[in-house]
Amino acid sequence: MTKNFLEKIRGENLFLLAATGACGVLAIFSPGLAKNAATEFFSICVKIIPSFILVFALMFAFNLFSDSEKIKKMIGKKAGAKGWLWAIAGGIASSGPIYMWYPLLADLKEKGTKDGLIASFLYSRAVKLPLLPVMIFYFGAALTIIINFYIIVFSAINGFLVEKIIKNK
Amino acid sequence: MQLKKAFIQTANGFRQFFPVVLGTMLFLSVFIAAFPKEMYTSLFGGNKFLDPFIGAALGSILSGNPVTSYILGGELISKGVSLLAVTAFITAWVTVGIIQLPAESLMLGKKFAITRNIISFLSSIAAAAMALITFSIISV
Repeated sequence: MTKNFLEKIRGENLFLLAATGACGVLAIFSPGLAKNAATEFFSICVKIIPSFILVFALMFAFNLFSDSEKIKKMIGKKAGAKGWLWAIAGGIASSGPIYMWYPLLADLKEKGTKDGLIASFLYSRAVKLPLLPVMIFYFGAALTIIINFYIIVFSAINGFLVEKIIKNK
Repeated sequence: MQLKKAFIQTANGFRQFFPVVLGTMLFLSVFIAAFPKEMYTSLFGGNKFLDPFIGAALGSILSGNPVTSYILGGELISKGVSLLAVTAFITAWVTVGIIQLPAESLMLGKKFAITRNIISFLSSIAAAAMALITFSIISV
């Protein structure tokens, strides 16, 4: 019966079930910690709503206007330097938690986007333009510019390496 | 008609990834509650070579708004942690996601998620080292 149940539920539901189970165990053995975790969870929920709306809108726009042939040309297997620039620029412009972008990237991957470009997108997310003043406050203007420059350089290197390794595996 | 089709397509995609996001948020909340920020400074031992790895590892496990990583980074520097370790920490904070790894594997593939996170971890240390070498050259 357990086997049948596990076969019926999909991987993503199993993941949620495991997380809920872990919280349940925590609530039994450490109610104080569980209460703090619940407060943290609601605080994350409130913060995440704008990103949810943004990703939904982007996915909707992609589904409405995207032509998979066009996407393949822009960031597909045969995309040249422009594809890398699109991926890095997209990563820099993106906001919100990393996991909010997985569905859109999975969608693009299905439409033919290279693994390397997805890796570049995810790495270049470390450049946070709206947060530059905060970074400058803590690390100084010169170091902030240098760090962000290298993050952009390494996002291309990262994508290139991921592409090579996955291809060769 | 096309509008409706696009909406249904998007909603289906959301329905699929919603349990993954919710699960990740639950794990993250437990982690943040279990490991208060005050604990982090004690992890650094002052070793020039080991500290950047500790910084990158800590950044890989922790998650949240990047502002938090800058504030924590500032605190770590004031406690004497090396700039290299702190730079690796703030870079890995956004680029590597250990807690999000199951979600990334489910959505983008296991091979991709593991490869990307390992390379990003090493890149965060390399980028930090390069940044500080350049900074020290410029500062002279």
